[in-house]
Amino acid sequence: MSGILASMIDGVLIGAVYGLAAMGLSLIWGVMDVINLTHGAVIALGMFGMYILFAAFPINAYFLLLPVIAAGLLLGLIIYWTSVHWVINRPQLASLLSTFAVNMIIIGIGTAIWSTSPYNVNFTLRGITIGAYTFTGNHMAAASAAVVIALALEVFLYRTRPGKAIRAVADNREAAELMGISSTMVLALAFAIGIALAAASGALVSTLFPFTILSGAGYQMKSFVVTVLAGLGKPFGALVAGVLLGLLEGAVTPFIAVSWIPMIEFGLFVVVLVAFPRGIFGRATA
Amino acid sequence: MSALLEVNGVTKRFGGLVAVSDVTFTLAEGDILGLIGPNGAGKTTLFNMVNGVYKLNAGKISFAGQDITDRPPNEVVHFGIARTHQIVKPLYGMTVLENVTVGACFGRDYLKLKPARKVALEVLERVGLADRADTSARSLTIAGKKRLEVARALAARPKLLLLDEVLAGLNPTEVELMIGIVRNIRDSGISVLMIEHLMQAIMSLSDRIVVLNLGSKLAEGRPEEVVKNPDVVEAYLGFPDIVDKLRGVQ
Amino acid sequence: MIFRRPVFWLILIFAALMAFIPLHGNNVSMREDLILVAVAVILASNLNLMIGYTGYVNFGHIVFYGLGGYVGLYLATVKGWNLILSALLAGLAVSFCALLFGLGILRLRGAYFALATIGILVAVQSFVSNFDPWGRSTGLYVPFDAYQPLGGARRALWITYFLVIAVMALSMILSLAIKISKFGLGLFAIREDEDAAVVLGVNATVYKAIIYSVSAFLPAVAGALMFYKNGMIDPSIAFEFMLSLEGIVMLMLGGKGTVVGAALGGGLYEKLRSYLLTSPKLSNFHLVIAGGMLLLVVLFAPGGLIGWLYRLVPRSEKVIE
Repeated sequence: MSGILASMIDGVLIGAVYGLAAMGLSLIWGVMDVINLTHGAVIALGMFGMYILFAAFPINAYFLLLPVIAAGLLLGLIIYWTSVHWVINRPQLASLLSTFAVNMIIIGIGTAIWSTSPYNVNFTLRGITIGAYTFTGNHMAAASAAVVIALALEVFLYRTRPGKAIRAVADNREAAELMGISSTMVLALAFAIGIALAAASGALVSTLFPFTILSGAGYQMKSFVVTVLAGLGKPFGALVAGVLLGLLEGAVTPFIAVSWIPMIEFGLFVVVLVAFPRGIFGRATA
Repeated sequence: MSALLEVNGVTKRFGGLVAVSDVTFTLAEGDILGLIGPNGAGKTTLFNMVNGVYKLNAGKISFAGQDITDRPPNEVVHFGIARTHQIVKPLYGMTVLENVTVGACFGRDYLKLKPARKVALEVLERVGLADRADTSARSLTIAGKKRLEVARALAARPKLLLLDEVLAGLNPTEVELMIGIVRNIRDSGISVLMIEHLMQAIMSLSDRIVVLNLGSKLAEGRPEEVVKNPDVVEAYLGFPDIVDKLRGVQ
Repeated sequence: MIFRRPVFWLILIFAALMAFIPLHGNNVSMREDLILVAVAVILASNLNLMIGYTGYVNFGHIVFYGLGGYVGLYLATVKGWNLILSALLAGLAVSFCALLFGLGILRLRGAYFALATIGILVAVQSFVSNFDPWGRSTGLYVPFDAYQPLGGARRALWITYFLVIAVMALSMILSLAIKISKFGLGLFAIREDEDAAVVLGVNATVYKAIIYSVSAFLPAVAGALMFYKNGMIDPSIAFEFMLSLEGIVMLMLGGKGTVVGAALGGGLYEKLRSYLLTSPKLSNFHLVIAGGMLLLVVLFAPGGLIGWLYRLVPRSEKVIE
């Protein structure tokens, strides 16, 4: 019994990170109706970003999150201007394929540099032991970081002008333009933030598990599941849905072989899409 | 004249909003029935209920004696009802002829490709788009797209045609042409249920009028009667000089 | 009818050339090259039915190929059935599976559907990796004597080659036949505007289920033949996501929505790919180059090479379909 509880608590903590990843996906999806298929690749880049930074600066890895986020913003702008901007007014298929193509490019370059070998970020924070449970320090730090970033995003979206501009464009791009908001700048910014969030989540995951250049794909699937669970456009909804997914995983992993998990997540994805097209919390999906 | 379309006590809710509330009316065969009302009155919602896009929360709809309540749109076409949309939906990647052929292939008679193409060409002649048959639907003007929308619906060889604001966005010349097309349609034996805002047009075209307001039926009758109805005047027609003008038309 | 179309005869000539040129010189290495081209064309052509004709992007298309490989190889070796029968049955079985998958995911639109197809691929791979009768993660292999009924391994290789060429020709003819049919017109209407198509009387639910199922058949047959010929199958080579992606790149490159485009894209890409994989410097960049090509095509030439041809020479659209 205690094994399951520990597993579930771990799951909740990791779930916060899933939520963070999903926020990036959900933001882009909600604001510009683009399904960002570079998401997984960027998560992987976030993992390697942390690895490189940590190798260069062996300080508390969680402080290195900031440069990762900054790099993520820059990367996001680059991806936006090379592949998203030109197809934003075309049917969704075009952006699906263009982001997919960029994904292939990133993974290709990544494989060339790092091959498919596993890597590790060897940083451990001390955990807390209460009775029979040990809460690993890394898990707690990662979850905390995720929550802090989510809060920051919420504040940004609801209390700052650029944030409000993003929400306006998400609501009705034409109307926002008529109000004098440069939708291109806003879209680029929203995209960049979405990418930065993905990169940050990857960086956090790298402190928890070993990873390869291909690890991003699994987290991408989880992000999609969380996003459809939460519905679009509510960052905090994504965080909560992520925690729920983590909880579910935690409850299930002691009993089922790990290789079944992708199947279960996929099943969940389809069921939620079919049964709750609007997600559990959010507004109508695209 | 027998009742072709019978709409009985139909209601449609979207969450807390009641878009259409207990509306009842009939359309006699061979008639042009005009459906008017302020914006948001529920007219397009009613169309969507008739042709199966929305499921009803209450009520029944029958067509030519058969119950068509809650049937999916592709089945409703086979019963003999075709519709146009307020915001036209051309199949952009296809030519004008192909667009109309789709209507003929999947319409009431479910024709094979070759005969469908023939029907499509005939229909294009009737609406005056025959010379644009092989051009892409993208290249049409708004008036052309509206005529394409009508042609596609006609190609299905319906007994009842639902026209949703088919005159919107047209200049006066184009409006005249389209009115001519609608009359032509009725003369060929097809009944018409049309939503319109252009008062003079719909008053002169319609045999009967149904007025909706805030989801409920406000009035029903011949155009001259409806125009004199004080509730209608208050809710919709508004200005006395328009009313006078319309009376002048009758 | 279909025989009046020039493309029909082009397909037959193309297939005949592919079949007889290597045979004439007993050129085994050319045959091995060309069989990969044929598979590429098969995958791209059938993918075209979903992406190009119906407008539904199938990212997990390779699942049909892999599943067909498993069913076919299992029937031909473990059960000892005739190869052609096994391959056909594999096709039917996988088509039926597609129908079942379709029940679940075809009600999803656009990108949701695309994502769900990845999920199907992952789920099937996951399932097969745990499925005992199919060897779990080790997979199945073809014992050498299984080739005896075909007259030995050498003859078997030629026979499977001709069968794959036949499947390729069938794929292209199927594409053409659908394109000029009423069914095809309905699919195009769904692609352009599914809601409008339904209002016009197209039974989109049934049509989508049919085309999804049909698009699974020939790839499954091809999978059965290919894995049998290669002598083994396991979950990682059967359900290689990369192959699914390449199918998409090939189709977009050649020109989605056209019959010839799938073949052109398949052939060109396959040539490029074999060059890349053997070149010592570039083999790592296979994925990068494929991605780069896809990006360029999507941004600047969404109609692919054939689309570009149509723009240059509008009249070619009537002949080269």
